[in-house]
Amino acid sequence: MNATSVSSPPAPEGVPTGDARPIEQSYLGAGSSLWSWLTTVDHKRIAILYAVAITAFFFLGGAAATLMRVELVTPRGDLVSAETYNKLFTAHGMIMVWFFLIPSIPTTFGNFLIPLMIGARDLAFPRLNLMSWYVYIAGACITVAALIAGGVDTGWTFYTPFSTMFSSSYVILAIAGVFVVGFSSILTGLNFIVTVHRLRAPGMTWFRLPLFVWAIYATSVILVLATPVLAMTLVLLLVERVLGIGIFDPALGGDPLLFQHLFWFYSHPAVYIMVLPAMGVASEVITCFAHKPVFGYRMMAYAILAIATIGFLVWGHHMFVSGQSVYAGATFSLLSYLVAIPSAIKVFNWTATLYKGSITFEAPMLYALGFVGLFMLGGLTGLFVAALALDVHLTDTYFVVAHFHYIMVGGSVMAYFAAIHYWWPKITGRCYSEGWARFAAVIIFVGFNLTFFPQFLLGAGGMPRRYHEYAPEFQLLNVLSSAGASILAAGYLLPLLYLPWSLRFGARASGNPWDARGLEWQTASPPPVENFETPPVVPERPYDYRPQAAAAEGGA
Amino acid sequence: MSTHATAEATELDEGETATFGMWVFLATEVLFFGVLFFAYVMTRLRYPEEFASAGRHTDLTLGSINTGVLLTSSLAIALAVRSVSLGAARAGAWLLVATLALGAVFLGLKSLEYWHDYTEHLVPWLDFAFAPPERNGAKLFFYLYFVMTGAHAVHLIIGLSLVGFMLVRLWRGRIDAASVAPLEVTALYWHLVDIIWIFLYPLLYLVSRT
Amino acid sequence: MRELFAWHVGASPYAHRVDVLFWTLTGITGAVALGVITVMAVFAIRYRREAVMARGPIDEPPVTGKRWVEICWIVIPLLIFLAVYVWGANLYFQYASPPAKTLEVYVLAKQWMWKVEHGNGRREINELHVPRGQAIKLVMTSQDVIHSFYVPAFRVKRDVLPGRYAVLWFRPTRSGVYHLFCAEYCGTDHSRMGGRILVMEPEDFGRWVSSGAPTATLAAAGEEKFRAFGCGGCHGENATVHAPSLAGIFGHDVPLATGQFAHVDERYIRDSILMPSRDIAAGYPDVMPSFTGRVSEEDILDLIAYVKSLASAPSARGDIR
Repeated sequence: MNATSVSSPPAPEGVPTGDARPIEQSYLGAGSSLWSWLTTVDHKRIAILYAVAITAFFFLGGAAATLMRVELVTPRGDLVSAETYNKLFTAHGMIMVWFFLIPSIPTTFGNFLIPLMIGARDLAFPRLNLMSWYVYIAGACITVAALIAGGVDTGWTFYTPFSTMFSSSYVILAIAGVFVVGFSSILTGLNFIVTVHRLRAPGMTWFRLPLFVWAIYATSVILVLATPVLAMTLVLLLVERVLGIGIFDPALGGDPLLFQHLFWFYSHPAVYIMVLPAMGVASEVITCFAHKPVFGYRMMAYAILAIATIGFLVWGHHMFVSGQSVYAGATFSLLSYLVAIPSAIKVFNWTATLYKGSITFEAPMLYALGFVGLFMLGGLTGLFVAALALDVHLTDTYFVVAHFHYIMVGGSVMAYFAAIHYWWPKITGRCYSEGWARFAAVIIFVGFNLTFFPQFLLGAGGMPRRYHEYAPEFQLLNVLSSAGASILAAGYLLPLLYLPWSLRFGARASGNPWDARGLEWQTASPPPVENFETPPVVPERPYDYRPQAAAAEGGA
Repeated sequence: MSTHATAEATELDEGETATFGMWVFLATEVLFFGVLFFAYVMTRLRYPEEFASAGRHTDLTLGSINTGVLLTSSLAIALAVRSVSLGAARAGAWLLVATLALGAVFLGLKSLEYWHDYTEHLVPWLDFAFAPPERNGAKLFFYLYFVMTGAHAVHLIIGLSLVGFMLVRLWRGRIDAASVAPLEVTALYWHLVDIIWIFLYPLLYLVSRT
Repeated sequence: MRELFAWHVGASPYAHRVDVLFWTLTGITGAVALGVITVMAVFAIRYRREAVMARGPIDEPPVTGKRWVEICWIVIPLLIFLAVYVWGANLYFQYASPPAKTLEVYVLAKQWMWKVEHGNGRREINELHVPRGQAIKLVMTSQDVIHSFYVPAFRVKRDVLPGRYAVLWFRPTRSGVYHLFCAEYCGTDHSRMGGRILVMEPEDFGRWVSSGAPTATLAAAGEEKFRAFGCGGCHGENATVHAPSLAGIFGHDVPLATGQFAHVDERYIRDSILMPSRDIAAGYPDVMPSFTGRVSEEDILDLIAYVKSLASAPSARGDIR
């Protein structure tokens, strides 16, 4: 999905079917030179620029993880040194969090789909949108340069006083890069918020918005309100690191817990930045392939807003053993249980959406169902670490590692893949190989569980995270996990083969290959530069699927 | 005629969109500075005496003059928006010039103040004046003082370039009563920079002197 | 296969209570997960497109939400969550409040080792010997970055921060050897910053702790340093300088010059040594010099032990105000 779409898109062979038009007449035909891509202000092309970049970072971060898993096959540190290992998990965390997960669904599918879904010509500020991409690339390059040139061993959390006093100076560059990327997040979020407020097509009322738009909207609010907190905290960290004066290091009279509070005030909502868009994708895909309106649309929308709001109030649950007061701990624990309620609602509603549907199991649906299952396990294990006394035992162990990977990889990445497969025909105008796609979905699901489920047991058994060497009794589970990781890696590589393949050899996709509702399917595949030939009007609620009719057709 | 009306409506729409975007951005800015205010409060709670005695070494006179200067500049840009939207582009331009001048005066006075701080050994990472019992806390006060006023100055410099840009556009006739939105957006930003100072001023110059 | 379940072993009553919560929650969440997955699977099969199935009249949209169903799956989870919350919080308060009578041990963390000092002056590195059946209270601080003292067998961990004292307690009830891990990432050899907790029968512990020819108890070492650093010149019995006596102050509130009161704990003593001008005791001049850079964290731990030992002794000068 990266290289090929940047170069000139292939000419269609034969006569296009249905409402598919020659690709030259679409946004992809608007220019094929590298320059035309790098200077585009079309939200659809910018989405592809992002997709190329985050795909690169995904595999870079994945490579770091692979090395770690290989190292962890044996209890002794025999493959890489402790220092290298620490740099690897730092690189893995920073790249995956800031350069893949946070931008992933919003900047690619958000960018591509928000205007299409609300019936707009483009985002509110197209040039700002392109600038966001450049800011993102600049920041990411700075940090990745620091990570590769010298290596940073602070972990992605930059805890003081380690980061300010004891780690190598490359941490300065790494922090600066993350700071820069923050502006990209803020500008993207701002653009989405304004777009959703101002550019909805006639008839597109708030409660006719697809849930994906709701999810991206809530995500954008978090981006706009939480990212500046991280940005300023990083400035303070940088100044402290450079000048040797500051408010975080106890040796200077500072308070390291203040840093943790500020850091998690951003970084916990950041989890919702990663998972809310995934929830939006799941809602679109499951309704489409169940061919049934989403169960409890309003409740789903309210749940998204509730998660975004309460998500701002739970950051202290990362600090139950840090020395904050027990009463603060008790409050944060309670709020953490409250934020679990809307997440539970969503899982139940997705399940209920299947009821009396007319379900088919194309690849996007497999990924989406996988998302629901894995996200549910991630959420349920969240109940363990939200319980104060259990968290005392489990925090900073592999249990937490497994928990958040179930949310971020099992949840967000699965949904990202669901989105790629669901909207691929719309974006590229081509159909991929359904068989390979289903195969990859199954491989990824199996590999993922084999990788991360053993880590729950490791954590409950007391194996701390960020360990280069470990006690011998943990070896069996670690070997299992590493074996799973190799399957998972193979699963992730498969789409890298069959998706680009489809760009050249895939059948031409019609405007609406899934028989889906939603405005983005009402226009051609790929869409024309101006998105819609006639400005759309929205007469009805979203997800107006009729399973009976579909079943009658399908069963016949 | 009707196409003209539509174009005008779209322009009006775009103006509102831009203004809305700026409001969202201001929310970001509030959180951005919010960290500094939070850090200030938390650190002050731990070093109340040190902050009080260090706070008495800031330059009250220059700080107060600067507050007046900045408030006046906000008035000037507000009047500029009003003049332009009433069609008085020339008056608007002069008011923008006044805004620029006042902003520059603020930065000039601020630099002078930094120079005084330097000569009085109040720069915590250079030869710092305070002796041990108060040294740590006072260092943190002046550290926050420089970070907060520095971040504010950066915003002011951005504001100055925006206002300068608007002045050029106004001069070239790109902004008129019908398309005053970019100027309004700039003014919004300028007001925010002003308001942030309104919070910085008492925290850094006044509280310790009560 | 046994190693899969090695982590079963809890070695304190608190660990057992945590385990009960853990397994209860595992049961509940397991049932929920299984239930949802089963329902999804049943729906997926039953309502697959090919299935011949009455889905209601063709032009009626099917169920898009039922109020009572939604209320059910909000309220029932909420009640379960609240129960688990109260349970977990209750245990957490036990974890955070050590009992009155404990055996106190000082722990100093540094990159990358744990230094332990027993009350009688016996010191060890990366090992902690404790008697079975007695509540042990660790008073911990760090010399450099944040570490975390983690004993999986007791189901407890606590971050150890520089510049403050963290307390962790447990009551081991099974003799044996258990892992000690550093759980907060602290730099290159983080994964090697571990050791062993050796829970011994009380009489064995008694023998162990008094063997190895300890030079002096911690308090005695502290008293030695109290003299060596010249603290006694002002705070001692025959001092000529007007300085507060330290007898009996530990664990009590002392009045400050500002009119407030300070609770004398480990942190207060440390601050008073390093930043004496911060909190001036009421009625005394601000004359004490800072000892920053002159005393090590270990010295401070000894001095704290000494001041604590004065807590029970009768007031030396009787001028506590």
